[in-house]
Amino acid sequence: MANSMPATEAGHHGGDVTKRDFLKLVAGAGAAVGVGAIAWPLIDSMNPSADVLALSSTTVDLAPIQAGQAITVVWRGKPVFVRRRTPDEIKTAQSVAQNTLADPALDSARVKPGKEEWLVVVGICTHLGCVPIGNKPTEARGDFGGWFCPCHGSQYDVSGRVRHGPAPGNLAVPPYAFDGDTKIKIG
Amino acid sequence: MRIVRILSLAAALGAVALAPAIAEEEISYPKQKWSFDGPFGTFDRAAAQRGSQVFNAVCSNCHSLKQAYYRDLKGIGLENEAITAIAAGFNVPTVADDGSNAERPARPSDHFRSPFANEKAARSANGGALPPDLSVIVKARDGGADYIYALLTGYGEAPSSMKMGDGMNYNKAFTGNQIGMPRPLNDGQVEYADGTKATTEQMAKDVVTFLSYIANPEMEARKRLGVKLVLFLVLMTGVTYAVKRKVWADVDH
Amino acid sequence: MAGLHKSEFANPVVNWIDTRLPIFTMMQKEYGVFPTPKNFNYFWNFGALAMINLVIMIATGIFLAMNYTPHVSMAFDSVERIMRDVNYGWLLRYVHANGASMFFIVTYIHIFRGLYYGSYKAPRELLWMIGVVILLVMMATAFMGYVLPWGQMSYWGATVITNLFSAIPVVGESVVTWLWGGFSVDNPTLNRFFSLHFLLPFVLVGVVFLHVAALHITGSNNPLGIDVKSPQDTLPFHPYYTMKDSVGICVYLLVFAALVFFAPNLFMAAENYIPANPLVTPSEIVPEWYFLPFYAILRSVPSKLGGVLLMFGAIAVLFVLPWLDTSPVRSSKFRPIYRNFFWVLLVAVVVLGLVGAHRPEGVWVVLGRLATFYYFFHFLILLPVLGKLERPLPLPESISRPVMAGGGGPLPGGAAAKPMEKI
Repeated sequence: MANSMPATEAGHHGGDVTKRDFLKLVAGAGAAVGVGAIAWPLIDSMNPSADVLALSSTTVDLAPIQAGQAITVVWRGKPVFVRRRTPDEIKTAQSVAQNTLADPALDSARVKPGKEEWLVVVGICTHLGCVPIGNKPTEARGDFGGWFCPCHGSQYDVSGRVRHGPAPGNLAVPPYAFDGDTKIKIG
Repeated sequence: MRIVRILSLAAALGAVALAPAIAEEEISYPKQKWSFDGPFGTFDRAAAQRGSQVFNAVCSNCHSLKQAYYRDLKGIGLENEAITAIAAGFNVPTVADDGSNAERPARPSDHFRSPFANEKAARSANGGALPPDLSVIVKARDGGADYIYALLTGYGEAPSSMKMGDGMNYNKAFTGNQIGMPRPLNDGQVEYADGTKATTEQMAKDVVTFLSYIANPEMEARKRLGVKLVLFLVLMTGVTYAVKRKVWADVDH
Repeated sequence: MAGLHKSEFANPVVNWIDTRLPIFTMMQKEYGVFPTPKNFNYFWNFGALAMINLVIMIATGIFLAMNYTPHVSMAFDSVERIMRDVNYGWLLRYVHANGASMFFIVTYIHIFRGLYYGSYKAPRELLWMIGVVILLVMMATAFMGYVLPWGQMSYWGATVITNLFSAIPVVGESVVTWLWGGFSVDNPTLNRFFSLHFLLPFVLVGVVFLHVAALHITGSNNPLGIDVKSPQDTLPFHPYYTMKDSVGICVYLLVFAALVFFAPNLFMAAENYIPANPLVTPSEIVPEWYFLPFYAILRSVPSKLGGVLLMFGAIAVLFVLPWLDTSPVRSSKFRPIYRNFFWVLLVAVVVLGLVGAHRPEGVWVVLGRLATFYYFFHFLILLPVLGKLERPLPLPESISRPVMAGGGGPLPGGAAAKPMEKI
């Protein structure tokens, strides 16, 4: 204790400064945290709300879809085609030469590995946003067996890739995941 | 030199302003002479009234006029009694006392009756095509009144080289020349009370006049006010310029 | 420090107020006797015109907001109701809608005037930069306002423009979702755009105040680009420039009225009279004319991120313009070489506007790239180099001097030849 006195004495002045700096730092950090705490709810209130999030994903039961057919489900306000492809269609889709495509994409990149039977695409023509037809085999599907856009005649193949007509790009593949073998969750 | 530059600046800005208009010109439509053209144009009352007859008898079977009310017919010179009678000729949905859906005759304060309950009903009744609402159709199409007229009178036989889609109709004014709407107007389709001969062209012209009124019900008031305001501003410009000259008279600049 | 102001106003009420809050003295100083170069031409009207335009936009906007409903299922109909049923609603809306176009016409002329006469150079750099901030806020406000009627172009314009932010690496998608408040442009987006569209004009008022405050520190530039040397070079703002501005305001209102009353839809895309439909894209998504040059720059770069960066760069480059232009001479009048390049820049911007209005095909792609290249070349390379190489013409001694010398002045012979005994 006795020999700690000079040290305290000597350090007194410096210690005071350090203490004051430290207090300033704490006050500053506290203010920053406070401002952040006030700002965050404001910022986060602009993110999708619970009612919007509730509609952000759609679960589709695949069981009722026949081979060679597709159904339309609505996801985030957009039509999504879920198509069960026949083995022939899969083979055709995989064997297309890339250099013949307007918007080259491998079929394998547009389906999930091991689930080549299922094609999931956003059903909005990339030209002017019409909804192509061809979900039922009785509907016109164009020369490539996929979809045909009645508005301006764009044609898509069984991989949803544009093969003819004014559309510039392939039908978009939405994010989705398999939930077991007979269900997918889109979004 | 300075003037040339100012003019070229004006021309440059004008070019930017007009660019969108130029960009969207695809099919050109013959320019018609309309009663509502120009800064003093008004709606030809008789034509607009005949047009409302064509609309009610023909167009309204498939097309809605959601933004407009029967009372708006006053603006084309119809009397209150006549408007009430026209409105009463249409049934609009209501809810009965027991809560069930019912219908009642329309009143002048009602919107024009929509032919279909919703979009899906409209599509299924029209082979998948949706008849657009006509409230602002004249403003919603490039070419405006001239385009609508060209469309209504543009039906005909498809050239043999053209492959028509199922249930599609040939129309030379429509983009792609295939339109879902079957030819709506045929000679003698309605009988005009004022004895005007109801040719396709006459009916098209009348109904376009009517639809132009429905799209721009404020047009006559707008132009009247505009003429007065422009005259006032011309006067004010002159007076202000004179005052400015006077104020600056003793300055060398 | 604290203390009552010694007011010199005779009117007792004015004097009483002025003693306690010297706003009358301030107005007198800043707008009454404020010394202003005597040689302004009519291009110096456009700042005042822009200010008037802002007032018109705020006034009509407030009354429109009383009748507008920011909801996806009602927005379009509420605008139509304003047009059809609200007393003078059509006038409010057409003035507001065309007012946006007028605002940009006036502001663009104001900016090009600054470019021609070197108004951005020392000591007016900060004044110029505040002006660029005004332009940015104006653009954001105009963009959000265009979304409110919820027509097809509103919806798809909002979709395209907000999607630009998805080009930001890593966080882009989250940013866009945050901007939208959902997974596409939808009701939350419309609501927040309405809120911000209401707020930003008042921010604009604040920034304009700073712009004017900075202007009154440095004083105005003038067509000769030389500094005011003596009181002979200036005139009190009132009545000389209040009157000159009034003439400009009358002509401006005439053009505005012609547009509103006789061609109210000239600048509007027909497509925007079709209610927004998320399932159908219009055949061509074209922004309002005042964004076309920037849109063209965006599209002339094949990479999405590159295009976005270049588009924002087109404005960012204006921020540093005062340091890019190395010439000590302000006015183009005395810069024989720069003067020509100014017109090339103007043509390049007009070409970009035309390119933005056309589908990016064939010759338009080439033109767009050339004009984009020139735009950046002009600011980043030409201006720094030219300032060092160019030999400016001899500058007049003072603003009042060239008139007295009877040559080189801004007015042709007649005025200059007058006897000069007055000064």
